[in-house]
Amino acid sequence: MSNAAIEIHDLIKVYGKTRALDGLNLEIDRGEIFGFLGPNGAGKTTTCRVLTTLTKPTSGTARVSGFDVVRQAVQAKSGMGVVAQHTNIDGELSVYANLKLHGMLHNMLDGLREKRIGELLVFVGLADRQKEPARQLSGGLKRRLMIARALLHNPRVLFLDEPTVGLDAQTRRRIWDLIRRSHQAGVTIMLTTHYIEEAEALCHRVGIIDNGKLIALDSPANLLASTGSHVVEEVNGKGRSWFFDSRERATQHAAEIEDTVIIRRANLEDVFIRLTGRKVRP
Amino acid sequence: MSGVWAVFYREMLILRSRLGRQLANYAISPLLYIIAFGWGMGRGVSMEGIDYLAYMLPGLMALSSMSRSFSISSEINIARFYWHTFEEFQTAPVAPWSIVLGEVFGGVVRGFLAAGVVGCLALLNGVVLRFGPGLFIGVFLNTFMFASAAVLAAMVVRSHADQSNLTGFVITPMTFLCGTFFSLDKLPGWAAAAIETLPLTHASHFIRASALNQPLPWLSLGVMALYGVAFFCLAVWQVRKASI
Repeated sequence: MSNAAIEIHDLIKVYGKTRALDGLNLEIDRGEIFGFLGPNGAGKTTTCRVLTTLTKPTSGTARVSGFDVVRQAVQAKSGMGVVAQHTNIDGELSVYANLKLHGMLHNMLDGLREKRIGELLVFVGLADRQKEPARQLSGGLKRRLMIARALLHNPRVLFLDEPTVGLDAQTRRRIWDLIRRSHQAGVTIMLTTHYIEEAEALCHRVGIIDNGKLIALDSPANLLASTGSHVVEEVNGKGRSWFFDSRERATQHAAEIEDTVIIRRANLEDVFIRLTGRKVRP
Repeated sequence: MSGVWAVFYREMLILRSRLGRQLANYAISPLLYIIAFGWGMGRGVSMEGIDYLAYMLPGLMALSSMSRSFSISSEINIARFYWHTFEEFQTAPVAPWSIVLGEVFGGVVRGFLAAGVVGCLALLNGVVLRFGPGLFIGVFLNTFMFASAAVLAAMVVRSHADQSNLTGFVITPMTFLCGTFFSLDKLPGWAAAAIETLPLTHASHFIRASALNQPLPWLSLGVMALYGVAFFCLAVWQVRKASI
């Protein structure tokens, strides 16, 4: 039996004249937190939508928990939790009713459903607000409710599409904590993000996608090692940057440059720039 | 069946939270029609040998239950494209038919509430309609076919503007033409024949006959059932097409 929680083979998705996914191949192991990194329009959300059965691929195959997302969509969906990029909480329902509806849609037995709702309301810190209409929650609390909802039916795989976009730093760290704790409970997590620090902080492996193609795939540490651990960057002028394996070598190089420079540790943004010549966040 | 009840549960929670406003809203249009056509133009007039108000009220019941069951269309459209809450159904392990059936039952309940409001208005106007099994079946089939059509429309239409066009070009003409306010015998033969093909015409025929204790037009029952099955199947097909 394959250890892959998610398997993608030669996946292509074409919208009109645009190839949103251009022959994507990827395997994500069970128990992994996998980060899908790339700029807006790179194909992250399209991949997520295909895997969560919201979009039909043009060609290629994708399997989640061993089930083909096109031919065995219902089985695939029963083992996945989805947190969409946009807020899709039902604002007219209470916090509790949003969770109950999700449990009913996943055919959970009443007793188990109520137990899980109670646990997850505590887990995301919404126990004292369960009777409120969900529309009254702040953006961060809605996001936490979406995570609780996605975890309610004990999914094997959790899809998080830009889970912290638009949230303040404190809320973002709270969401990161929820993601780590979900992973500790045994859930495989696929996280799409264009926040470099998010991928570095959370992910065991990172796939970098650009123009619908996977252009790099490794652990954050290995990707950084392939680039160089330290960067010398021009502050003014042409904004050039140079990569070095150690701070000492970076310092030596900086001393030879007349322009003002900074020396900093490399990050995944630098990996992306070296691979594509562009920034993740334009 | 879990998907059906889950979708229906959501619809009922939302209906309950707005029930007072909804019932008041359901009463306004029928009341205006009663004042304008019943008390105003129709006073002292008879249609097919029946007092006009008594003739019109079953048609109004068909019309009102149709429009309220069809109104779920714009709500589904908003849930799809504005709030994105429809994704919760699409990513759940439930079959497309169960999503459609849950939504349709929600539309049927709204249609029955609207029919009940017209029934109450009839009583207040001294018109006693016969609330028997025939009327129940007629209202059920009417609301089932238009709620199914509503789900179909919501899955096909891509914007609120198109939704409004659909109402303007399809629903509003049916409102006035399909034997709700007048007998089709008054129309030229070709016009009557064309209108006989529309679903609301058969709902008007069947509901009127049931409410006024007349012989039931079984052909109309069959036509409504056919339309209902066709709209339902097309809606399931469209929901399946909208996701994988």
